[in-house]
Amino acid sequence: MKEYFKLFSIFFRVGAFTFGGGYAMIPIIQKEIVESHQLIDEQDFLDIIAVSQSLPGPVAVNTAVFVGYKLKGIFGAIAGLLGTVLPSLLVILLLAVFYNNIKDITAIQLFFQGVRPAIVALILMSALKLSKSISKTSFNISIILFAFIAVALLKVHPIPVVVLCAVAGLIHRKKEGEHGLH
Amino acid sequence: MAFIRLFWVFLKIGAFSFGGGYAMLPLIEEEVVHIHRWLSSVEFVDIIAISQMSPGPIAINAATFIGFRQLGVIGSIVATTGVVFASFFLVTTLAHFIIKYKNAPFIEGVFSGIRPAVIGLISAACVSLFQTSVVDMKGFAIGLIVLAILYKSKLHPIGIIMLSGVMGIVIYSF
Repeated sequence: MKEYFKLFSIFFRVGAFTFGGGYAMIPIIQKEIVESHQLIDEQDFLDIIAVSQSLPGPVAVNTAVFVGYKLKGIFGAIAGLLGTVLPSLLVILLLAVFYNNIKDITAIQLFFQGVRPAIVALILMSALKLSKSISKTSFNISIILFAFIAVALLKVHPIPVVVLCAVAGLIHRKKEGEHGLH
Repeated sequence: MAFIRLFWVFLKIGAFSFGGGYAMLPLIEEEVVHIHRWLSSVEFVDIIAISQMSPGPIAINAATFIGFRQLGVIGSIVATTGVVFASFFLVTTLAHFIIKYKNAPFIEGVFSGIRPAVIGLISAACVSLFQTSVVDMKGFAIGLIVLAILYKSKLHPIGIIMLSGVMGIVIYSF
């Protein structure tokens, strides 16, 4: 029971501080799950992000469900899900009730004007930290560059990019096998 | 019946919007503004504004807000349950097989290609977020300060978020 509550409280914090889209939860999950509590290693975390990004639905919810399931099975998944969703639900209910009173408070808007650039910096640091978990082979570096260029510059949707890179990984592994390498 | 319809609409939104975040907006708009007319276009823009001032996935925020407006607190819970329903089943099912066959050559090969791709995807997200989030020199300065703090200390991301918000209030007030 204690462990489910721990999962719930970790993802409650994730849900409460995810501003600015799904990727914004990566730095917080990384800190809580990978670094502080070391429940999941960085490679598994990358796998989980990839799957969460490729399935329909909010990325933060998918990630919470996957991490919860991996650590504590179906009830862990439920704990992660509830933790992620509850802060939004509570905050939006409050906002829905008081919306007309708070819509124009400039302090709140200025707060978020400051938070948005910080989120970019946080995600950049996450990408740098996660890149350390990957060996610097020419295959890995070309995949990183390919995915980056395809999505950032050519505006390709992430899902076909993930699928292509999965196929490239399969072919690459097969060739390595034929050469007797591991 | 109204509850079932609310649940069903948000189940569809959850099940068919890939990519999360703003990628979900066109589908949500189609369902709640054009088909069901639960919101006007102006109110829909308000929801996006509210989502920018509150934490959590935009689809959850939209579901909660619309559910509440239509059918009160129970409505908000019904709509939110609908929007995460498909995620929950798809993710747990796929997670089950990925964890079970983790060491199978096929899964290993697939993830050996996907892992570096995710680094590229996150970096790409940085670029597009930079374009929408850093709109002036003050914002750029906040971003640089945060990078310096992250480089020098192990401050928790939540601490960083609170600090940058306060910086926003201070810097943008002048």
